[in-house]
Amino acid sequence: MSLELETAAQRDTLRRVAIDPVSRVEGHGKVTLLLDEAGHVREARLHIVEFRGFEAFIEGRPYWEVPVMVQRLCGICPVSHHLAAAKALDGIAGGAPVPPVADKLRRLMHYGQIMQSHALHFYHLASPDLLFGFEAPPATRNIAGLAAAYPHVARQGVMLRRFGQEIIQATSGKRIHGTGAIPGGMNRHLSPQDQASLRAQADQAVSWSQEAVALAAHLSCSQPLLYREFGQVRSPLLSLVRADGALDFYDGTLRLRDADGRILHEGLDPARYQDYLVEEVKPWSYMKFPYFAALGPQRGWYKVGPLARVQNCDFIPSPLAEHARQAFIAQGDGSIQHGALAYHWARMIEMLHAAEVVRDLLDDPALQEGAILHQGGPHQREGISAIEAPRGTLLHHYRVGEDDLVSHCNLIVSTTHNNQAMNEAIRQVALRYLDGRSLTEGLLNHIEVAIRAFDPCLSCATHALGQMPLVVELQDASGALLERKLRT
Amino acid sequence: MSLRPKPRIATVSLGGCFGCHMSLLDMDEQLFELLDQVELDRSPLTDIKTLAPCDIGLIEGGLCNAENVHLLQEFRVRCRILVAVGACAINGGLPAQRNTRRLGDCLREVYQFRPGLVHGQIPNDPELPLLLDQVRPLHEVVQVDYSLPGCPPSGEALRKFISDLLAGHPPRLTDGLLHYD
Ligand code: SF4
Repeated sequence: MSLELETAAQRDTLRRVAIDPVSRVEGHGKVTLLLDEAGHVREARLHIVEFRGFEAFIEGRPYWEVPVMVQRLCGICPVSHHLAAAKALDGIAGGAPVPPVADKLRRLMHYGQIMQSHALHFYHLASPDLLFGFEAPPATRNIAGLAAAYPHVARQGVMLRRFGQEIIQATSGKRIHGTGAIPGGMNRHLSPQDQASLRAQADQAVSWSQEAVALAAHLSCSQPLLYREFGQVRSPLLSLVRADGALDFYDGTLRLRDADGRILHEGLDPARYQDYLVEEVKPWSYMKFPYFAALGPQRGWYKVGPLARVQNCDFIPSPLAEHARQAFIAQGDGSIQHGALAYHWARMIEMLHAAEVVRDLLDDPALQEGAILHQGGPHQREGISAIEAPRGTLLHHYRVGEDDLVSHCNLIVSTTHNNQAMNEAIRQVALRYLDGRSLTEGLLNHIEVAIRAFDPCLSCATHALGQMPLVVELQDASGALLERKLRT
Repeated sequence: MSLRPKPRIATVSLGGCFGCHMSLLDMDEQLFELLDQVELDRSPLTDIKTLAPCDIGLIEGGLCNAENVHLLQEFRVRCRILVAVGACAINGGLPAQRNTRRLGDCLREVYQFRPGLVHGQIPNDPELPLLLDQVRPLHEVVQVDYSLPGCPPSGEALRKFISDLLAGHPPRLTDGLLHYD
């Protein structure tokens, strides 16, 4: 449909408009549009402009450092990277499977993280667009504006995020970049005091999450056409599911549905991702473009994250969230929903599920005692894991040498899976809303609304290194030349 | 009500992970008190994309590319008080681990020679900012007024730090708020 908008012919005759930086998202990205004289959109691209270098410099490090290092990929979902690394390294440390108590503690941490990240995204970042309108003045279209106009809603968002962060702190020692999971298990139990105080807040968190679902559903149902069609890109859906088909954020096998809902692949072992996934490199973005090799680059890309997960699973294994999922499915009249804005409702359903799981885990006294570290099993040299991070499927892959140093690291992060879908969504929105019009700030914000819906994490998507044929000079505070680089 | 305009705060993430920005939000309900007292200017939390003259600029992340350098210089010019927030801004942080590797080798390895790549090539579009060979801390390029350590500093440390600055005296953090991890 809009795939032809990826690269325009005669690019140097066109006018360039940039949205730089893309704001109210995590990380560093920009959008460029190329327009002809009549204002028709000829090209639209979401560029990921940052690089980090993690995959490269993880190599050569002792493997036990890795779960602590990789969480610095992303300050919004550090726990996902922390746990994905620990899971991949369990077998390498001779510690697989981890003891049941460690598994529960990791799940508690992970579901706390789903809560805080989903709350952050909906309330702090995305909701101003949805509550005030896409063309509301930018001075109020943010969390401060939300706090002024809807103090009750803003407060709930802040408190939900806080609850998730407190769970992470109790299981890892810090709210951001703690140390809880280690290869083979965990390094701490949950203290009785923490368990009691978190449990005392859990019922409230569940009921606030119900209100969040109600708000997202209300927004969606009050403008059904907008929520169905805005940034709608039909594609397959990919996520982990549990053996019985249930939604699971921590473990499972991969399922791929086509755009109409038929299951294309079932029970795919994440450890064999290289058998079916390939990644395309495009010169204009540091983020790669993965797709299912058998389906090819045109048809093999897919969506991940809440919209994929909620429609990919057979059911959600907690009653309130499953009830909410049924209502969501009913809204789509039984067909798969592909509108970008449908992500928000699905995301709030997941937050409710996470709140229910957290509450139930906090009822379990086993979190306070018993074995939490498995050691002495056979040491493997390679480990691959998948986890459902807040933004979608996350793959970590490590090889470790005889010296216990990492010899290979490959990461496919959630946002990378959504790369093509996000680019298609902005092209669809550009054609529908911007084409042939004189561009205002509010119109341009439509593009960002579509990107935000995916809740992209543009920091963790940029773990590779890049290079451009340019000269840069770095001067110190007094103007003296520190470094001059010439690239060809 | 006083007619004095509220102090303006701008924030930016250069080569950072957004963890320091998340720590700002970790002041929880006290965030609302802060938002009452100040005006947020350019920040990942707003859609303001050009920087106005500000009282305080909070910088997360070190310098990884040319655009980071330009942005930092702009913040220095526009902000009365510039704060390096977190390990990355202060000394490069974890991303500076790449300083021990040759850029070109890493590029080829990640974008060209990895298994499972289609059209392996090093991204080189003019829209992508030029990388610096080494990740550098802020103070090597501009004068920094304050450094707030931690990876990230806690929400409470940020709150205390900012409220001291707003009150017009040098920030003082007690032991519990000062940490380097
Ligand atoms: S100092 Fe730590 S939390 Fe802050 S940006 Fe750097 S890695 Fe992230």
